Amino acid sequence: MILKPQLEDIKNIGYYLGKIIIGLALTMLFPVILGISLGEINPALDFLISLAISLMFGLILTKLCFTEKDLTWMQGMIVVSLSWLVAMLLAAIPLYLSGHWKLYLDACFDAMSGFTTTGLTLAQDIDHLSYTHNLWRHLLAFIGGQGMIIIALSFFVKGTSGALKMYVGEAREEKLLPNVIHTARFIWLISIVYLILGTLALGIAGILNGMKPLNAFFHGICIFMAGFDTAGFAPQSQNILYYHSLVYEIIIMVIMILGALNFNFHYNVWSGNRKEVIKNIETRILFISIIVLFFVMLIGLSREGAYSGVLPLFRKGFFQLVSGHTTTGYMTIYAQQFIREWGALALVAIIAAMAFGGGSCSTAGGIKTLRMGVIFYALKEDLKKIILPERAVVVQRFHHIKNVFLDDRQARSASLITLAYLGLYAFGTIIGVFYGYPFLESLFESTSAAANVGLSCGITQTGMPAGLKLTYILQMWAGRLEFMSVFTLLGFLVAIRRGKR
Amino acid sequence: MKKIYSIFIMCILVTAFCSLFTFSFAQPISSTELINHAKEYDGKIVVYEGEVIGDIMVRQDNAWVNVNDTDNAIGIWMNAALIKDIVYTGSYKSTGDIVEIIGVFHRACPEHGGDLDIHAQSLRKISSGKLFKEKLNLGKRNYALVLFAMLGLIWILTLLKRK
Repeated sequence: MILKPQLEDIKNIGYYLGKIIIGLALTMLFPVILGISLGEINPALDFLISLAISLMFGLILTKLCFTEKDLTWMQGMIVVSLSWLVAMLLAAIPLYLSGHWKLYLDACFDAMSGFTTTGLTLAQDIDHLSYTHNLWRHLLAFIGGQGMIIIALSFFVKGTSGALKMYVGEAREEKLLPNVIHTARFIWLISIVYLILGTLALGIAGILNGMKPLNAFFHGICIFMAGFDTAGFAPQSQNILYYHSLVYEIIIMVIMILGALNFNFHYNVWSGNRKEVIKNIETRILFISIIVLFFVMLIGLSREGAYSGVLPLFRKGFFQLVSGHTTTGYMTIYAQQFIREWGALALVAIIAAMAFGGGSCSTAGGIKTLRMGVIFYALKEDLKKIILPERAVVVQRFHHIKNVFLDDRQARSASLITLAYLGLYAFGTIIGVFYGYPFLESLFESTSAAANVGLSCGITQTGMPAGLKLTYILQMWAGRLEFMSVFTLLGFLVAIRRGKR
Repeated sequence: MKKIYSIFIMCILVTAFCSLFTFSFAQPISSTELINHAKEYDGKIVVYEGEVIGDIMVRQDNAWVNVNDTDNAIGIWMNAALIKDIVYTGSYKSTGDIVEIIGVFHRACPEHGGDLDIHAQSLRKISSGKLFKEKLNLGKRNYALVLFAMLGLIWILTLLKRK
């Protein structure tokens, strides 16, 4: 029997949702300050309007639903899934007001794309977009990559029990430190240190490339935020091709890989446990997968005669592969080139890379390398059981921060989530084909959206059907939250309608 | 003599026809056409027209200039001497100069790590860009004022409720 949710449930959800919205609203102060200081008055007004609306909404929710009770698991999950949807609607307001997004739906698409660190965009004429709006696009990626809940946990939530439930709901299962709020703050520390280093490196490289210092450092901070948080937004329409620089591309590759590694891995390496680089199952799987898929890609690109010479293969082939595997979505080619020049085999390699994704508890999307590793070891264990004598005791273990013995529960969980991702990739592909796009292109774009990558083969344009835009929004959202909180929200909605008192 | 005369006339006619053909081929080609049919245009001299956007990135004796024809922007590699005519580049606060580039198109430039680019032979400024003077949008300002008044009211009400 399904029970109808109580008023208490709704109040609890509303209260914490309100707090998260207030947190989001306050982040709009950054573009407001930038806009005023650069004399971009109308863009700053766009953000003041959005700030006022968001604060009003947050204040009303926290006052109407005021409670001192802690969240239950169900409520925590629903707060997370709902807050991502509400945040999308609010964050899209300043984008839409700028006039660079044709429809409010397009602005919502970009807001969700930013929050989920996907990087697909429907923006028009980015080359004339204000610094203020550009900062917001990249800030969305930074907020979403770190985790909206991480921000709330760091500054607004006091109780650790409710905090943990929201933290898990946002697809972050690993705690770096015993206390989840301390974990959230440590994630910020890691990101801020890398932010300073990354921005400096990109800023200096930009100046050496011939950019003006203000632009070089503005681009540096934007590219870092969207690179480390594996989002793939860039301040110019050409994406990374704009810079025409090998050094810049190498720095970005390093940033993308750092972003795709587990925060727990960063914590251990920072704590002096450097052996983790070689021993950790996630880094091993990531690097083996990149090498194998690059080999497949090379065969594909060579067959098509797409690039000749080592450097073009590195800057076009390898860069796109790393970008896809880390689920960043930065591009040094035009979207149409994937379909017209790369050939099916190279495309399959990059689709596989996007589908696998980066590390768990990182800013990356996709199935995640930890799950790929667990499934691989489970398969290995089953094969051993068949090959070895029946009386033999087969134990499989792997290293992830510590030595872990593989059990059925881990294998089942990894397989189920993998299955859910494959289903999500297939769902978007079917919708794409339904709207008349070729199969391979539909699969490419669907995988890119659901795995929160952002590479595009050209389908994502403002002229694409609204149904497909909504499908990709749904895929980005479900893919980022790794299903559990989304399923909980769906169950909650069913309970509201069909539940019994 | 008559034969030489007729050959001369023929040559003139052929030259005129060829120049006519070349002229029609020398119309600007869109970025979409170049990207979608890159293999066909690879290594050929093309005419490309658009707005200069972003930074002009000088690299020793040469420079990268990105030119946007409203569909896409393409990187143009040119001798630094050619950039002297460019005054405005497109950004939020300005429209960039509209330029016509004649140069060699590369689908995957071997010199520049496989970039799709054009190596300019000549640059002609078609029209000059300009700086925008941003005018305050009164509608937006009024909305912001009303919303902040409402926000203040709600905030005061919540404070009263707490008391």
